[in-house]
Amino acid sequence: MAIAYASTPRRVGAPHRGPITSLLEDERWLAMALLLPTVVLLGLFIAYPFFEGVYLSITNTKVGVPGAFVGFANFDKIWNDGIFRVAVWNTVLYTFVTTVFKLALGLWLALLLNRHFKGKAFVRAFILLPFIIPTVLSTFAWKWMFDPTFSVINWVLFKLGVITGRINWLGDPELAMISVIIVNVWRGVPFYAISLLAGLQTISPELHEAAAIDGAPPWKRFWYVTWPLLLPVTMVVVLFSVIQTFADFQLVYVLTGGGPANATHLFATYAYQIGVGTGLLSEGAAISLAMFPVLFLVVIIQLLYIRRVETH
Amino acid sequence: MIEGAKWKRWVFFYIPLAVFIFSLLFPFYWMIITTVRPDAELYRPWNAPNYTPFWTTRPTWEHVDYLLSETLFSTWMLNTMLIALASTAISLFCGLLAGYALSRLKFPFAGSLGTGIFVTYLVPQTLLFIPLADIIRNFHLGDTPWALILTYPTFLIPFCTWLMMGYFKAIPKELEECARIDGASRFKAMIYIIFPIAVPGILSAGIFAFTLSWNEFIYALVFLSSPEQKTVPVGVTSELIRGDVFFWGPLMAGALLGSIPVAMVYSFFVEHYVAGLTGSVKG
Amino acid sequence: MAQVVIRNLNKKFDNEVHAVKDVNLEIRDKEFVVLVGPSGCGKTTTLRMVAGLESITSGNVLIGDKVVNDLPPMDRDIAMVFQNYALYPHMSVYQNMAFGLKMRKFERAEIEQRVHAAADILGIHELLQRKPRQLSGGQRQRVALGRAIVRHPQVFLFDEPLSNLDAKLRVQMRVELKKLHDRLGTTAIYVTHDQVEAMTLGDRVVVMKDGLVQQVGEPLELYNTPANRFVAGFIGSPAMNFAAVTVSDGGGALWAGNDGLRIKVPAPLSNRIGAYVGKPLTMGIRPEDLRIANGADPTDLSFGAVVEVVEKLGSEILLDVKVGGGSMVASVEPTTLTKVRDQVRLAINPDRLHFFDNASEAAI
Repeated sequence: MAIAYASTPRRVGAPHRGPITSLLEDERWLAMALLLPTVVLLGLFIAYPFFEGVYLSITNTKVGVPGAFVGFANFDKIWNDGIFRVAVWNTVLYTFVTTVFKLALGLWLALLLNRHFKGKAFVRAFILLPFIIPTVLSTFAWKWMFDPTFSVINWVLFKLGVITGRINWLGDPELAMISVIIVNVWRGVPFYAISLLAGLQTISPELHEAAAIDGAPPWKRFWYVTWPLLLPVTMVVVLFSVIQTFADFQLVYVLTGGGPANATHLFATYAYQIGVGTGLLSEGAAISLAMFPVLFLVVIIQLLYIRRVETH
Repeated sequence: MIEGAKWKRWVFFYIPLAVFIFSLLFPFYWMIITTVRPDAELYRPWNAPNYTPFWTTRPTWEHVDYLLSETLFSTWMLNTMLIALASTAISLFCGLLAGYALSRLKFPFAGSLGTGIFVTYLVPQTLLFIPLADIIRNFHLGDTPWALILTYPTFLIPFCTWLMMGYFKAIPKELEECARIDGASRFKAMIYIIFPIAVPGILSAGIFAFTLSWNEFIYALVFLSSPEQKTVPVGVTSELIRGDVFFWGPLMAGALLGSIPVAMVYSFFVEHYVAGLTGSVKG
Repeated sequence: MAQVVIRNLNKKFDNEVHAVKDVNLEIRDKEFVVLVGPSGCGKTTTLRMVAGLESITSGNVLIGDKVVNDLPPMDRDIAMVFQNYALYPHMSVYQNMAFGLKMRKFERAEIEQRVHAAADILGIHELLQRKPRQLSGGQRQRVALGRAIVRHPQVFLFDEPLSNLDAKLRVQMRVELKKLHDRLGTTAIYVTHDQVEAMTLGDRVVVMKDGLVQQVGEPLELYNTPANRFVAGFIGSPAMNFAAVTVSDGGGALWAGNDGLRIKVPAPLSNRIGAYVGKPLTMGIRPEDLRIANGADPTDLSFGAVVEVVEKLGSEILLDVKVGGGSMVASVEPTTLTKVRDQVRLAINPDRLHFFDNASEAAI
């Protein structure tokens, strides 16, 4: 009885309160209110452009010229366009080759970083630089390193006696594609490494110790313990990266602009050249949309995979 | 870790790691050295006898001076900063609220809305830039910062939402239940209890969103046309190249200075950035 | 202070799981009522419906005289202590305790006075400026209590508040909680799965299972006259022994027997057992109502058994014994000298025999 109950004005019951506050006490209304800004922005600038894009692709709109319905004429046209076919092939090749290299090198780097050594935090911080520095800006550094006349890479190879003449990195169609792939791998490896490292760090070291006590050599420990446990993270990282790479633009735009002789175009750079460069909006939109089936497939795989992991 | 002989440690650890570090960082060194190298040295062919690519004896500020006085570089920096900050703020606001709703509240279509936002997270900018440019024109937003401030959130909000959902799910729901019994409305419990606890997550999302906006290229390239409206990546690309002539000194100076804000933010918040990065793919 | 009335309360989750079935309870003003039962019995869901954290599928909850079904938790004038304490990690202890008052727009001076008063009661004055993560489990528990009492709410709700504490601290906090309730006299509803906590804390105890209230009563009422086999087995430690027996009529009395024992049913129970002649039912006897028989004990109230395990607890000895095909536990004097595999004779206290219908499990 020590507490003197001072005047306790409050009793059970709703005090005077505005209608909005009361409405927001209901989960459903609150959820709607909280989601409203997001839905409006995404609807306006994702869903609407998507349908606008579909509409554009079945008309013959040009910049400043409203279009008329032409059915699948644009798709028909790009299908028979040799450069488009090259771009499709390039995109597939680019995505596949870079993903393989990024995964292999990224995993290797992650395994190296997963060990204890002095200055680890420092190294990890520096290694991410290629990923965080704006792509366009770092790609310019590469373009300068690939410069036909002043290339530092050529100088090193020359001094090492590997080459005698100059290598025209960005001037030769095949070399240009290789150069683009090198830069993409360079930029992507840190992302893979850091993401996979995070995955590695969730694997309890006791599992390794148990496997070692069971007599498993290192590569078996990796294959039977680390890799299966790392697979979910790897899967998600790869799918993310595939989407980004498949739809890549900046790297090729800066390094080669799709050249030489349209040999390094990807979907996005070709769509840009046709849609913005030439002003053929409809055809450009059609080229962009041609990416959609592949992206859609990857997204579906991702969704199914996430659901499967969640239900387990 | 189980360690073997010393030479093994060198072959399997130190040397590969050193090669990785060298290859990943060399382009940045090249950026820096080019920035301070006088033109006379810069355009010396690589098979010239007095070519010393890795250092210079006569460092110069001429490229930086040129960049700052003869180009609109400082305007681009300001533009980029403004756009990145504004779109990050909008995205954090939307992402926080949406992430809270999707992770904490029960309502019809919660699942499909969550999936919808996740799918937009995966939509690359290059899929929609042409129709979006059309829409921006129709809204009379073309060639203004608003064209980017309003469109960047389309790829930042899904990311922020996704990341925040992960953070919110980790906060025990008893905390807000307790707050609601203590006399807070659902809304106040969210503001006073959940958001303050999620500050590390908000910081991660914000930093990541900021670097993503600073990095964005194709929207800025397509939606902006006047030189004084441009962002750093676009300005450097379009204004420092005349036809086929590359002004490599100022270009590298621009690339270097243009990277500094991102690098600074990154260096102060490495842990948060990494948390954002790994959180973004964790799902 | 207020009474809490629960009428025909039901909860169905997603229209599938029927977690709370037609619960009726009247909790009087200043009463300390404990809901107890195994996990999944619906006790926590019932509490959460009283708190307003869970929607009510059908039925009513009244606090004071007011139906609160549609009132949000903030308007119910209640306070709740959670199992994980739910202390706001970003606030100091003082801010944690002041939060509820601040939300209700109390004057600063009154907030300060109330927080200090509550801190005095709980002896946590020196902790006021600390953050929750700097506190031990017991201290967190006190802060959670403090946060509840500063508000002077109509009703306290406790959701297993002691289960995260170690055994010793739990006993200590149990006593303090009891004292605190005596001092404040606030109506309290307390949920636990621990029957000892329920018996020691509750003015009345509500036993629940599968969403249904099994029995409501004062602790000793539940112990002495359990309404059914579940309550009989749940309340009391070690648990009541059950033996499957068949009732037979012989020599002017009723007998309950199986392959290991044959007990004369005491006269007061005969009327009710009479209907079961020739039928099986379940006999219950608590370990503490069994003792080692001496020569004076009649054979119709005792039976032979073989000792399988001897548990020496100090204040008593528990004998796990085999009786025919079944087994039982007997609590005997600590001075008893019995060993494993000994043959013993156990006498029962005939006034404390329980019988349960096999089909309904209700006490007979």
